[in-house]
Amino acid sequence: MKKSIITVVGKDSVGIIAKVCTYLANNNVNVLDISQTIVQGYFNMMMIADTNEAKKDFMIIGEELEQIGEEIGCSIKMQHEDIFNKMHRI
Amino acid sequence: MINIHEVVETNSMIEQMNLDVRTITLGISLLDCADDNLERLCDKIYRKITTVAKDLVSTGKEIEREYGIPIVNKRISITPISLVGAAACKEPGDYVKIAKSLDQAAKEVGVNFLGGFSALVSKGMTKSDELLIRSIPQALAQTERVCSSVNVGSTKTGIDMDAVKILGEIILETSRITDSQGCAKLVIFCNAPDDNPFMAGAFHGVTEADAVINVGVSGPGVVKRALEGVRGADFGTLCETVKKTAFKITRVGQLVAQEASKRLGIPFGIIDLSLAPTPAIGDSIAEIFEEMGLERAGAPGTTAALALLNDQVKKGGVMASSYVGGLSGAFIPVSEDQGMIQAVLEGALSLEKLEAMTCVCSVGLDMIAIPGDTKASTISGILADEMAIGMINQKTTAVRIIPVIGKKVGEMVEFGGLLGYAPVMPVNQFSCENFINRGGRIPAPIHSFKN
Repeated sequence: MKKSIITVVGKDSVGIIAKVCTYLANNNVNVLDISQTIVQGYFNMMMIADTNEAKKDFMIIGEELEQIGEEIGCSIKMQHEDIFNKMHRI
Repeated sequence: MINIHEVVETNSMIEQMNLDVRTITLGISLLDCADDNLERLCDKIYRKITTVAKDLVSTGKEIEREYGIPIVNKRISITPISLVGAAACKEPGDYVKIAKSLDQAAKEVGVNFLGGFSALVSKGMTKSDELLIRSIPQALAQTERVCSSVNVGSTKTGIDMDAVKILGEIILETSRITDSQGCAKLVIFCNAPDDNPFMAGAFHGVTEADAVINVGVSGPGVVKRALEGVRGADFGTLCETVKKTAFKITRVGQLVAQEASKRLGIPFGIIDLSLAPTPAIGDSIAEIFEEMGLERAGAPGTTAALALLNDQVKKGGVMASSYVGGLSGAFIPVSEDQGMIQAVLEGALSLEKLEAMTCVCSVGLDMIAIPGDTKASTISGILADEMAIGMINQKTTAVRIIPVIGKKVGEMVEFGGLLGYAPVMPVNQFSCENFINRGGRIPAPIHSFKN
């Protein structure tokens, strides 16, 4: 299974997770794991998601998530997990 | 499973420290295009490039998007044209025609540079090699995206001093008719690698397969930031930090190379693990030296700092990729590195110190502006010195030097974009004319009794 990593970085506010999760649910993306932390005063959230059964193409979901990010004042990125695995695992 | 701190680390390398894949370079062999009719030859070359590379740019963009890593350049390298054009070209103008076809092909597939308008003359020039070399000024003046290189020496063959002499004149002539911009696209090599993905010196060597994907990674900013965390620590710690960082950077390159290779159906060649600076703040090799404890690049200790940096980059990178090649190491261009420009302006860095640094860096004298009234023989002398360093030390060396017509020492010159800007540097005024005028070649060095 190819997993994707969604990261949300920005100022903390009410409903960020809800917004992102609603969008993912509507597009049949399964969230496998969520974790969050504060780095240099910014809210950082990471989701591991399964996009294999998604209704839309990976690229389109990525773009639409970016748009949602702009609406809620956060930066949202979706990346294939391989880039992190390659960099941090031998 | 991957954790949030690792994700944050990777993304901050990309977003704040300028980590990127500098280039995906598609090497294409044009040997099968050879023809004795110039029109047919140009047509075959155009068709082969636009067929093999048609999906290169779109695939690069896809990978960029999916992994969230910028891939700055998509480029093409080709078989040295003096080999392909030998049967068809009877005068320098014929080679200019080929250059124009190459430029059109580059524009058609959307790559920003195409390298391989080249000749390999490390022992001697064929008629065709000489015609190509003489066509370089016009070829660079009449094209936009074509890059040229000439290999004039190697450890196995010695140095072709006839070619060195001609190239001193060619560099001046190129500068004259291209308002110095053309010289940024012309590299003179000793021990040129067959699989270098970086411009302007990329070409697709004759030892390579029909088509191959080579990837160049970069990330001076990431190394600099990592070193901020070990201020004052001993050399062991310093080296270990550079090595670990180089490993991480190279792994990203490896991933991109494998994906590009799979999606394009073209075999993966090598990763070139180079620290290639850009004029952007925080993307500088000179800033790494400063972080190591030197006031400015060029201060005593710079050569040692560069030597350890170059070596640790290789040590970290080699483990991260199954195939490493190209130039692999730290580049020290002047105009493309904000910290180097500053060092020159403040008088910390001279041409002579740069020459010493090239003994231990990955390539050579790069993007250095000199006065436009410098004599051709003096430029040949600079070339010969740099080639000798490569020949004796069994390493790749290169010169990309720009005599800026009408400008004097201290004046600034703009190259634009990734090529940056540079102050004109002073050149030793004593003549080497009688030395250069001797002609012939310098024999290959002895390979034993090394000390």
